[in-house]
Amino acid sequence: MNLTLKIWRQNGSSDKGRMVTYRVEDVSPDMSFLEMLDVLNERLILEGDDPVAFDHDCREGICGMCGMVINGVAHGEQKLTTTCQLHMRHFKDGDVVTIEPWRSAAFPVVKDLVVNRSAFDRIIQAGGFISVPAGSAPEAHSVPVPKADADAAFDAATCIGCGACVAACPNGSASLFTAAKITHLGLLPQGQPERESRARAMVEQMDAEGFGGCTNTGECTAVCPKGIPFDTIAQMNADYLKAASK
Amino acid sequence: MKFRRRDKDTAPVVAGPYRVGEPIRDTKAPEGPIEDRWDKRRFSAKLVNPVNKRKLTVIVVGTGLAGGSAAATLGELGYKVKSFCYQDSPRRAHSIAAQGGINAAKNYRGDGDSVYRLFYDTVKGGDYRARESNVYRLAQVSVNIIDQAVAQGVPFAREYGGLLDTRSFGGTQVSRTFYARGQTGQQLLLGAYQALERQVAAGNVEVHTRHEMLELIVSGGRARGVVVRDMVTGEIETHLADAVVLASGGYGNVFFLSTNAKGCNTTAIWRAHKKGAYFGNPCYTQIHPTCIPQSGDHQSKLTLMSESLRNDGRVWVPKRKGDSRAPGAIPEDERDYYLERIYPAFGNLVPRDIASRAAKNVCDEGRGVGPGGLGVYLDFADAISRLGRDAVEKKYGNLFEMYERITGENPYEVPMRIYPAVHYTMGGLWVDYDLQSTIPGLFVIGEANFSDHGANRLGASALMQGLADGYFVLPTTLGDYLAGAGSFGPVDEGDVTEARKAVQDRIDKLLSVNGNRTADSYHRELGRIMWDYCGMERTEESLRKALERIPELREEFWNNVKVPGDAEGLNQALERAGRVADFFELAELMCIDALHRTESCGGHFRAESQDADGEALRDDENFSYVAAWEWTPDGPVLHKEALDYEYVKMTQRSYK
Ligand SMILES: Cc1cc2nc3c(=O)[nH]c(=O)nc-3n(C[C@H](O)[C@H](O)[C@H](O)COP(=O)(O)OP(=O)(O)OC[C@H]3O[C@@H](n4cnc5c(N)ncnc54)[C@H](O)[C@@H]3O)c2cc1C
Ligand code: SF4
Ligand code: FES
Repeated sequence: MNLTLKIWRQNGSSDKGRMVTYRVEDVSPDMSFLEMLDVLNERLILEGDDPVAFDHDCREGICGMCGMVINGVAHGEQKLTTTCQLHMRHFKDGDVVTIEPWRSAAFPVVKDLVVNRSAFDRIIQAGGFISVPAGSAPEAHSVPVPKADADAAFDAATCIGCGACVAACPNGSASLFTAAKITHLGLLPQGQPERESRARAMVEQMDAEGFGGCTNTGECTAVCPKGIPFDTIAQMNADYLKAASK
Repeated sequence: MKFRRRDKDTAPVVAGPYRVGEPIRDTKAPEGPIEDRWDKRRFSAKLVNPVNKRKLTVIVVGTGLAGGSAAATLGELGYKVKSFCYQDSPRRAHSIAAQGGINAAKNYRGDGDSVYRLFYDTVKGGDYRARESNVYRLAQVSVNIIDQAVAQGVPFAREYGGLLDTRSFGGTQVSRTFYARGQTGQQLLLGAYQALERQVAAGNVEVHTRHEMLELIVSGGRARGVVVRDMVTGEIETHLADAVVLASGGYGNVFFLSTNAKGCNTTAIWRAHKKGAYFGNPCYTQIHPTCIPQSGDHQSKLTLMSESLRNDGRVWVPKRKGDSRAPGAIPEDERDYYLERIYPAFGNLVPRDIASRAAKNVCDEGRGVGPGGLGVYLDFADAISRLGRDAVEKKYGNLFEMYERITGENPYEVPMRIYPAVHYTMGGLWVDYDLQSTIPGLFVIGEANFSDHGANRLGASALMQGLADGYFVLPTTLGDYLAGAGSFGPVDEGDVTEARKAVQDRIDKLLSVNGNRTADSYHRELGRIMWDYCGMERTEESLRKALERIPELREEFWNNVKVPGDAEGLNQALERAGRVADFFELAELMCIDALHRTESCGGHFRAESQDADGEALRDDENFSYVAAWEWTPDGPVLHKEALDYEYVKMTQRSYK
């Protein structure tokens, strides 16, 4: 199939940026979206043009490195799918596809489709951990964990830190990402001692990074490739309020 | 060939482009009963007092399970740590992709597991090419890893009673694999990442993301720093330290197509190799039998499907060559369930290397299926009619979904197509018992080193090794080394300048060629050579062919590669070109190693060395050693570390 791509090109954070149109031909339906961009880039290099910069690594939907807004939707329209796992069979000959970076004040553009997500690391630094130096852990079976809690903690823990939730949110909120970690650790007995201080520190860091507030639009869960449940945000708010009221 | 030179007195077994040097006599493993050796080493290790720790800087390259856990632990101990990764966050290291699980000798099932049994299985699984002392320590430490991970909040699978669930994995008879659904690597890595970020907050660790190490600084005979490129600004930076730890992962991407993440590379360890660190067993590569086959020339990587599928799927190809009928149109008696036919005892469950080679053989005969005839069927029709679709969905639903997402085919209706793919590299920089390389002060951990797995790694043992190295082994042995830091002296300016210049020169050279082919296209071609001639099956002829083709292609690369843009700012094509350049050099060493080892062992199958049944035939008399290669301008020099088995009895495997 042949496609028209409209891709956001921006040479560094101080450049204004603009959409540039490219044609790609003979796209195989078996290609992944990123492989289609590889083909474009190989051509651009040989033609002496600047290839399109985009982030990716595992190409298996687990590292969280890839991410683009495709036709207005973070990671594209296919549900529960990262950009790297989106395949070209979901497009048809003649389609016009717009490709843009995550847009959020807290994720400045580095180049083209590459953004800086280090704000996420700083939210984790604020408290997204259980303090247990190596070598000091008790025997693993000393504290049984009810299976239901372990499973729910796992569900929240599958967040890959891609940032699609922020890109999709009209307020640019990082609530789903932050709530996923607070919920994961807060559901486990090991996470209890730091539960309130964690929620408080992480929420405050999230605000300090310039992410917007949550107004319950639910856009985040709709695009989240890992299906992080929306009710984690309620859990985060409850933990935060409890901590703040002390 | 450039490096053809032979020394009469030390003539190698096979005439080849290398020389034989002094054997390695001391691996620093303590003597005495194997179960006491690690305790002994811990006790003999010198300690650094807390005030001095603050004054000591350690560089850790890599933030995967090995590097992440090491950097966090060294931070906790009070060292000043500088950590580096090429991704935008330490959490994205390739370890994140590991699916199956992590082994530990907890014996929670009471099924007869023990430290000794895990040790035994690992040495045997490695086809008797691993060091006993190291493997025993790995098995000992494995139990602490699970404790540590659980305390960090890693949500392992649990049973209804609230205790940890385990499964049996990769053909072991005990159930010792801990897992977190299909995302064990992710959960373990997030545990290490969170511990690391805690140390960042505490001011003990500095993480430099999007920084790629391009050179090692050696001064006064010791590793004293690294030269890195800031991938966002393009700036070349120098970082000095009292010791350097490489945890940069495996080099399977030398084959271009592999299950590794796209950025996985050999640059960090290759640069160190050229500065004096020996490379251990570079030819040992693991090829995984159940990956999704290539769909066309655009293919950029391969995806692993869990090995567990072989528990219920039946592997087959058409009996007739070039049979292009749809699988459903091929009647039962025209199908060849070749694993069941050749290996009636183990059938579809034969070990990874055997299943991989058998698939290659039937495809070579022209009986492969799917695009290019590079695939075999993994059929669930029998399982579905025996167990019902629901039961199959419960067991494998997520894998079936993943398969459908990638191929667009529904495995409930048409058989899956699978093909082997490069998955893991057992080789890596040579290290002693302390995980120290042949450059003092350079430590190597995780998949980047050669230790522990011998010629073949068992499933669920890489995660165990990475975390054992990072949380428990390295922090002790590195302390012993750093206790002597007082005498290291200042770093020589000239050594720094030289390392920086080397980096700058390479970048300038890559940018100035301005030829007609992209780095990726060279990488693809190199990968093809490696796969065809140094892949699942190797022969003297194929390896010699590869050793002719690789230098030719490398030469062409340096004269005809086109790298766009400049050295300033983000330039992903430049990053790739630099990695491909190093893969070229490594590829040659892999082929030389494979050529010199005329036996078959583990993942290294030399067609000349097989028994009447086509099974790999070891040659213990001549090859019971680690091949540690030294880089010299006149070509590689082989140093042998003899392997002695005091505890495990060597046997030849059979799966018939
Ligand atoms: C698909 C898949 C599934 C697997 N499943 C399992 C499993 O179930 N069980 C199991 O035990 N093993 C499994 N393995 C193997 C296992 O995942 C790896 O061997 C292991 O995670 C390697 O960890 P590491 O810390 O050594 O390196 P990695 O996780 O690869 O980390 C390497 C780090 O080094 C950094 N780096 C590399 N080069 C440079 C450079 N030049 N400059 C700066 N930084 C650099 C990277 O940024 C990264 O942070 C699997 C592997 C694959 C591919
Ligand atoms: S919550 Fe979902 S969308 Fe947000 S970072 Fe995590 S995985 Fe990505
Ligand atoms: S590249 Fe890793 S999630 Fe897409």
